[in-house]
Amino acid sequence: MSLSSRHLLGLSGVPKEDIQLILDTATTFREVLERPIKKVPTLQGKTIVNLFFENSTRTRISFELAQKRLSADTVNFSTSTSSTKKGETFKDTVRNIEAMKVDMIVVRHESPGVPQFLTQISDANIINAGDGTHEHPTQALLDMYSIREKVGKLEGLKVCIVGDIGHGRVALSNIHGLKTMGAEVSLCGPSTMMPRAIEELGVKVYHKIDDAIENNDVLNVLRIQLERNAGASIPTTREYRTYFGLTSERLKKHNKDVLILHPGPINRGVEISSEVADGPYQVILNQVTNGVAVRMAVLYLLGTMH
Amino acid sequence: MDIKAKVIDEEGLDRTITRLAHEILEKNKGSQNLVLIGMRTRGEFLANRIHKKISEIDKSDVELGILDITLYRDDFRERLKQPEVSVTDITFDMNEKDVILIDDVLYTGRTVRAALDALMDLGRPSTIQLCVLVDRGHRELPIKADFIGKNIPTSFNEEVKVKLAEVDGEDAVYLMDISNENSEN
Repeated sequence: MSLSSRHLLGLSGVPKEDIQLILDTATTFREVLERPIKKVPTLQGKTIVNLFFENSTRTRISFELAQKRLSADTVNFSTSTSSTKKGETFKDTVRNIEAMKVDMIVVRHESPGVPQFLTQISDANIINAGDGTHEHPTQALLDMYSIREKVGKLEGLKVCIVGDIGHGRVALSNIHGLKTMGAEVSLCGPSTMMPRAIEELGVKVYHKIDDAIENNDVLNVLRIQLERNAGASIPTTREYRTYFGLTSERLKKHNKDVLILHPGPINRGVEISSEVADGPYQVILNQVTNGVAVRMAVLYLLGTMH
Repeated sequence: MDIKAKVIDEEGLDRTITRLAHEILEKNKGSQNLVLIGMRTRGEFLANRIHKKISEIDKSDVELGILDITLYRDDFRERLKQPEVSVTDITFDMNEKDVILIDDVLYTGRTVRAALDALMDLGRPSTIQLCVLVDRGHRELPIKADFIGKNIPTSFNEEVKVKLAEVDGEDAVYLMDISNENSEN
């Protein structure tokens, strides 16, 4: 069993068998993370570069830990310290790094399509760690893993992605991945945050959070990305909270178990209240642990491929 | 792949496992400090059976775990097919224990090397002893078994197939001829 592609650029078009294999393999690494020595020698001698052209805490640390726990050698690159600041083009930067003989590149960039472009100028395995508003496949994979871990399946499950869909690459990757795995996907948020014609991806759109809670098994609550100018889509964060915020009063009203995910970082009191974020139905910190296991699975499957 | 000979049959396998259980208990003077670790996949079922025998003989319940060594293999770069990983299931502490590592066939010794590394990452056992159903020779590393079900001298054109009821529907050990397949490659 191996993956059908040597890169992970997104979840659009990735076959069900591949997603299944990644999630199953992640179970193995989940066990490794529980050991006293959380390290296996599998990727010994492989060199991985983390190219982060955009800020990231969780994803970068998660990838770096995953790489170290597989015994790979890692190099980190971030724009603030790089020579792109000195005027070097993106292509030249990558060519230079490539010349230092690297095996895999994990890339985050504000422009959609950068990982795809990298596959054309580099022989390394490319993993997309978020490209603009396009995709963030490992986040969606760890969301799916966390749902499957809690509920036991994905097929037939009703999952609603709540919040800033237009700015959310997490939303797009989740839609593609979950639909491939046979889940029923819907979206909920103000219409100013809903991309035009998003229904064409085969998803239902709710404009009332109560309808979304009532009709779904899982809510994946996305962050309001104020740094991406989400403020232009809503009058105030307080108004967003009033109409779309996930609060325990709202959940109680529906009297049913809904699993709650959030990719982080949380804006407490905006898209989710503290009681819900720390409450019994959420798996937010499980998501973070699972993130390392899922990324180890992706690195392992791509790094040992022929 | 043609069958050359049936080396061990169902009854023979049961007798061999009984003897191995007795030998393990004899050498370790009982089962007080023992733990059994079966290596996926057939070692796991052999470990189950040896565990059952030891429980019968010694009236004790020793810990039993399963080890998956895929992540410790040394042949990732050479193999054409990506090996499938599975989960290690060892929920107890192995520190200061006498670990009996159990596998079906001992051949090059590379799997055992990987298993030793994997075990060392899980704890610091007092001793690790190797128990195999079949030793077919051709070692590539300085490794030897402490408990051997049967020595079967083989050539490179032969293969030893251990069949266990749990996965293969029968209990037997076969000597197979693979010379045709080698010449085709």
